Amino acid sequence: MLTQEKTTQLAPETALQTMSGAEMTLRALLAEGVDTVFGYPGGAIIPIYDALYDFQQELNHVLVRHEQGGIHAAQGYARASGKVGVVFATSGPGATNLVTGLADAQIDSTPLVCITGQVFAHLLGTDAFQETDIINITTPVTKWNFQVTEASQLPEALAKAFYIARSGRPGPVLIDITKNAQLQKHDFAEYKPCNHIRSYRPAPIVRPEYVAQAAELINQARRPFVLWGQGVTLGKAEAEFRAFVEKSGIPAAWTILGAGALPTEHPLNVGMLGMHGNYGPNVLTNECDVLIAIGMRFDDRVTGRLDKYAKQAQVIHLDIDPTEIDKNVAATVPVWGDCKETLPMLTELIEAKTHPEWRQRFEQYQAEEVAAVIQDELFPTSDELTMGEVIQQLNELTHGEAIVVTDVGQHQMVACRYAKFNHARSNITSGGLGTMGFALPAAIGAKFGRPDRPVVAIIGDGGIQMTIQELGTIMQTGVEVKIIILNNQFLGMVRQWQELFHERRYSFVNIASPDYVTVASGYSIAGKRVSERGELKSSLQEMLQHPGSFLLEVMVTRENNIFPMVPQGCSVSEIRLR
Amino acid sequence: MTRQEYNITAYTENQIGLLNRIAIIFSRRKINIESLNTSPSEIEGIHRFNIVIHETEDVVRKIAKQIEKQVEVLKVYFNTNQEVIWQEMALYKVPTDVIAEKASVERLLREHGARAVVIRKDYTVFETTGHREETDTLIKVLQPYGLIEFVRSARIAIIKHSDGFNRKLREFERTEPGSEVVENEFLNNRDEVFSM
Repeated sequence: MLTQEKTTQLAPETALQTMSGAEMTLRALLAEGVDTVFGYPGGAIIPIYDALYDFQQELNHVLVRHEQGGIHAAQGYARASGKVGVVFATSGPGATNLVTGLADAQIDSTPLVCITGQVFAHLLGTDAFQETDIINITTPVTKWNFQVTEASQLPEALAKAFYIARSGRPGPVLIDITKNAQLQKHDFAEYKPCNHIRSYRPAPIVRPEYVAQAAELINQARRPFVLWGQGVTLGKAEAEFRAFVEKSGIPAAWTILGAGALPTEHPLNVGMLGMHGNYGPNVLTNECDVLIAIGMRFDDRVTGRLDKYAKQAQVIHLDIDPTEIDKNVAATVPVWGDCKETLPMLTELIEAKTHPEWRQRFEQYQAEEVAAVIQDELFPTSDELTMGEVIQQLNELTHGEAIVVTDVGQHQMVACRYAKFNHARSNITSGGLGTMGFALPAAIGAKFGRPDRPVVAIIGDGGIQMTIQELGTIMQTGVEVKIIILNNQFLGMVRQWQELFHERRYSFVNIASPDYVTVASGYSIAGKRVSERGELKSSLQEMLQHPGSFLLEVMVTRENNIFPMVPQGCSVSEIRLR
Repeated sequence: MTRQEYNITAYTENQIGLLNRIAIIFSRRKINIESLNTSPSEIEGIHRFNIVIHETEDVVRKIAKQIEKQVEVLKVYFNTNQEVIWQEMALYKVPTDVIAEKASVERLLREHGARAVVIRKDYTVFETTGHREETDTLIKVLQPYGLIEFVRSARIAIIKHSDGFNRKLREFERTEPGSEVVENEFLNNRDEVFSM
């Protein structure tokens, strides 16, 4: 069952005690403030699970149905709560099942500490049962990883793991612990958290002269445009960002991971960037004179064709990760640093403005987009339900207060485009990696991370079938997740591409589904299927009011395309409305 | 942008697995490493990588940043061949009887700055140090005398315009780097050096 946030703090272990590596591991987690762990036991991690038996009061362990579900749940937990997500998995296949989640967390900068069991140290390299070289397998998809072969190494390794995962630009860390290190007894005194590593610079030193140069450019700008990404949320700088935007009067658009840092309804929030973003923000990227990118990395899905991207603009780039500056788009002024620190410095130096004419340009494009796309999507006149109207009705019932977790595909783009967000950390989606199967486990994790907020998972008929086994996790824990399956009986995004760019040669996108309501019922989860407009609102209400999890399958138009769209290889100016 | 040889110098912690972490930064971009040398530096516990690749400056700059971003890497520099003093060492194994009979060994050694490392009845091993073309020349010279085996080391290089790493390291060891820390003397010269 869901437990309230833990308030129990173990007394600091000042006296020297002798304990197993496994117990040291759990004490380290508690010292780091961990309250929830997602995991799946196995041979090489049994000692840690054995120690966990005595820590059930202090640590809430969520038994998932597959390690991929475990790591996506940890991602959802981290993204919703802002804390570090923790996963346990055993060696071999248990560890390799984490790889997709690690790649996802690496590209979306999610703080995770994954603890994997490993075969005994003397067996390393012998192709022992359930042995995989998980350190080398996960090197490209972790911020840092480390193999512990002696219990004495554990406290320092774990302290470094948490520090690296959560500091600077966050990311996933994997600690692989051989079974002998888990079993070995060792002296354990007070746990010392890590706050400095000689070779690691989590945040670059802020250069005031660059901030001053940026302010000067902004003050001279006649058509400035702000693009923001998840960096604002990761830096806990929502208030600083809002103050900057409101004083400068600059229209601001978001990447899908940035959604929510400024409320959807805020007058300066002009919408979503990128391939399926809004019309105005895309077109006007190529008409602004100063482009201010804050905590975003100019992903190819945002920029489209780079050689035709914002060439007329002077670019100011605020980022904590110097690697991102000048990577895809050359910056005129690089503002290195944590935006929580740099934004207030910038706000102080800029003049208060309103840019009314420039902002009007966005409104004109918005009106065009409403007429061409949005009206029909949100308020359709056809008989069939659209994905957009489901989101629209959900907005009316949740008022932008829900955490929306999406999978990957057409429904993801619709949800990101139309869902209302009043708060940051409300749009949890797999952005950089585009991992189908992400939403169901991530929603479970998000609810554990924020039990005080309603969590709605919006999933396609393809994605749900990739991690559907996690319904078992819901059944066993009783966690309350509202699941909406938008079923168009296709792998919709691939089908759309096949229609637009491959002469409608629908190659293997016609995916069959089980009866989801029956499947849910097998897991003791209430459910309902809707295909009529008249039943939509009441069914959504029923879902939200139901005490516990609920699965709502909505049958939507089979062949609906997501527009606007910046086709691959085109510039943002060439965005299509139909 | 033209492609040319670049020398990447990385100061790192001495950590198992770091070589792989650095190598995949090149392999994921399909870049061939021409030469790689790693050795302890003058500072206890810190290793120095010398990596040579053939690329454009733009790509090298991005790669250098990505290497420096790794947790266990302290500092990365990249330089053209004109900006470094560099050397490669080579060993040549030739049949002793042929070389003694047919070549004027002393002259050969002098001309190429080489020295005999081992002289045995059946073979002799010469060693020379220098730039690629210098070590290559000696291969051509020794080929007619029945060159049996040849091996060349990775490149090692010293940066002409650097004040050594000691001072920088002291800054790294400070737990709370303050704003007065001058990490990057080329602050307003972003094209020359970048710094984290």
